[in-house]
Amino acid sequence: MKKVFTRPKSLTGKPFHYCPGCTHGIVHRLIAEVMDELDIREKTIGVAPVGCAVFAYEYFNCDMQEAAHGRAPAVATGIKRVHPDKIVFTYQGDGDLASIGPAEIVHAAARGEKISTIFINNAIYGMTGGQMAPTSLIGQVTTTSPYGRQVDQAGYPIRMSEMLATLDGAVYIERVSVHDIRHIARAKRAIKKSFELQIAGKGFSLVEVLSTCPTNWGMSPLESLDWLKDNMIPYYPLGVKKEAE
Amino acid sequence: MADQRSDRLIIAGFGGQGVMSLGQLLAHAGMLEGKNVSWLPSYGPEMRGGTSNCNVIVSNAPVASPIVTRASALIALNMPSLDRFESAVEPGGILLLNSSLINRRVEREDIRVYYIPASKIAEELGNIRVANSVLLGAYIEARGNVKRESVIMALKEVMGPSKQDLVPINERAMKKGASLIRELTN
Amino acid sequence: MAKVLMKGNEAIAEAAIQAGCHYFFGYPITPQNELPAYMAKRLPEIGGCFLQAESEIAAINMVYGASGAGARVMTSSSSPGISLKMEGISYIAGSELPCLIVNIVRGGPGLGGIQPAQSDYFQATKGGGHGDYRMVVLAPSTIQEAVDLVMDGFDIADKYRNPVMLLADGILGQMMEPVEFKKREAIDLAEKTWATTGHKGDRPRNIINSLFINAKELEDHVNKIYRKYEQIEKSQVRVETYNCEGADLIIAAYGSTARIAKSAIEMADKAGIRVGLIRPITLWPFPRDSFKKWAERDHVKSFLTVEMSKGQMVEDVSLSIEGKKPNYFFGRTGGVVPTPEEILGEIKKVMGGTRG
Repeated sequence: MKKVFTRPKSLTGKPFHYCPGCTHGIVHRLIAEVMDELDIREKTIGVAPVGCAVFAYEYFNCDMQEAAHGRAPAVATGIKRVHPDKIVFTYQGDGDLASIGPAEIVHAAARGEKISTIFINNAIYGMTGGQMAPTSLIGQVTTTSPYGRQVDQAGYPIRMSEMLATLDGAVYIERVSVHDIRHIARAKRAIKKSFELQIAGKGFSLVEVLSTCPTNWGMSPLESLDWLKDNMIPYYPLGVKKEAE
Repeated sequence: MADQRSDRLIIAGFGGQGVMSLGQLLAHAGMLEGKNVSWLPSYGPEMRGGTSNCNVIVSNAPVASPIVTRASALIALNMPSLDRFESAVEPGGILLLNSSLINRRVEREDIRVYYIPASKIAEELGNIRVANSVLLGAYIEARGNVKRESVIMALKEVMGPSKQDLVPINERAMKKGASLIRELTN
Repeated sequence: MAKVLMKGNEAIAEAAIQAGCHYFFGYPITPQNELPAYMAKRLPEIGGCFLQAESEIAAINMVYGASGAGARVMTSSSSPGISLKMEGISYIAGSELPCLIVNIVRGGPGLGGIQPAQSDYFQATKGGGHGDYRMVVLAPSTIQEAVDLVMDGFDIADKYRNPVMLLADGILGQMMEPVEFKKREAIDLAEKTWATTGHKGDRPRNIINSLFINAKELEDHVNKIYRKYEQIEKSQVRVETYNCEGADLIIAAYGSTARIAKSAIEMADKAGIRVGLIRPITLWPFPRDSFKKWAERDHVKSFLTVEMSKGQMVEDVSLSIEGKKPNYFFGRTGGVVPTPEEILGEIKKVMGGTRG
């Protein structure tokens, strides 16, 4: 019988610890499929973040380093400078990349570090239990914004992709979503492009993936997908933000 | 017993007067002669426009503290340097001052003072920037633990290929400083 | 090889390059700026990589990445910058990565000043970062020794897969002395089979990590690295003793301060007072046995610890001599350097019994 669906070689097979309905698993799989398709698993070094994806090093079946909170782009820089012929990627959430780690991601992009960053934006802190993220929407209720995010107190959500797209060192920045099949396919194309650009030695690229957090949003997985589509996409428009000639 | 002679200098002046390079040349020359040497600069805000100074030790024994608190010699290129470091010269020590820029006499009688119009001599030689070499030549003649030939050798090493043409004028400046000392002592 | 006259900061950089360190990540701070400047010029010439990071935090994490990728790598900074690196140093120790960190210490706390100090002793030897870990701390007192210790430091780091700190100060960073870069016998170091180099399919994948979410696993991991520390304490202690035989008083001092103390000891000698010096070269592991041995000698009446701080190493000296003899302290801080005359004054006070 012909096998039509199997686990990518670039995943270890260790069961994910993610909550039911969480989209981290989808994005992990997309990255792994891309690594398989480009046949780069054996020359890839990944960098895991602090946050829900802190155990990413147990899932991606390649060499991995676990970074301090927010510092994955600096760690990736160190690796890539030692091994310019290898493929280096970071996998970071919104607290990691957009709150504690903007200096590292901005400067990695500005330097044009030849790395790929997959940025998971689900508008909340998952691992620590549902606190406000820099990307939490205005009015969004979290444990640290119990009255809803107030602009006069907590300011505005940050659009990291648009910000990074202003930097000359970035060759490709796209925001995608994984709330339905069509968008998942689109997300995979973006991730693949990011790795292809790195293989071609072009420069820094980042794919921001709008994601869900049913547990901390307090919704069912299906409600979460709708909430993402109806609330996040209007504030975080999808599409290519930067594409160098 | 080993010769314990050690020259402990404070060299001070405006930034840009060549205070640091004067000290480095002396240390470098001492090293070429196989002596123990150290050079310690002042660093910080005073580097930017104010006075700068360095401590140099040229010694036959290993250098313990590289900091000169009691100097066997002071080379002062401007007035603030003289005011600040005059009292650091130990009794029996020597003081060489740039009398082109310092118009006061030194009252102390327990040290030997040489008034050298270094800036004026340097201008007459055609380059105000060699005033430090005039004083260096004078120092070596008056007291130095190193030979002028070693300083010239050090100068050639430090200057690099593009600046070798500056060696002769520095050499002339050193000779001029040395002959002044001979005149003053005789 | 002939001696060359070099600034401490530049000599440290050259020593690192000659030790095979081809990767440097740093951020500007006085008084160590000549070190990265030297690296920025030299490393591209030999195909290495110098990178000015966006912060000390980023720099130490680049060191983490590069070390995890198998490279000989270093960073340098001065006190406030080292504070910023402390989180990263804890991760490096936890992940068992080798690297060299140079601290050209300046006065603190806070922004402090830029003049030489030794007030980072606690930070360097007692942790600094969080968690159960140790860092080998090497304290040179001459530029030649700094050069030799840099070369040894990389080997120690690689041998034990642990960060090593070179703790110097503004005097050593800024001063010039003749140095010789000696040709060294290459020591036998294990291949870095643990590094993340892209596994090429011929070995299991490697993971660089300090996260152990299960308490028992973390305890096992910490116990494992502490067994390394026991080995280091047994085999890596370095100390210089000077003039101790027959001495009435022994000064404990390290780095630049030990040199100044030597000048004071010469002066004391002329005044007929016999003073010795114990100079720890490794601040961790601390040369406890040496102190204890001399404290047990009848002719040694007391100790005087001298530091450019309000008294930090003095605690390790007291612990080592186990109350066998009194241990007095004299220090200047904030960037003020003690003079030999001041130290001699303290020696006379201790000897005359006027120090309480």
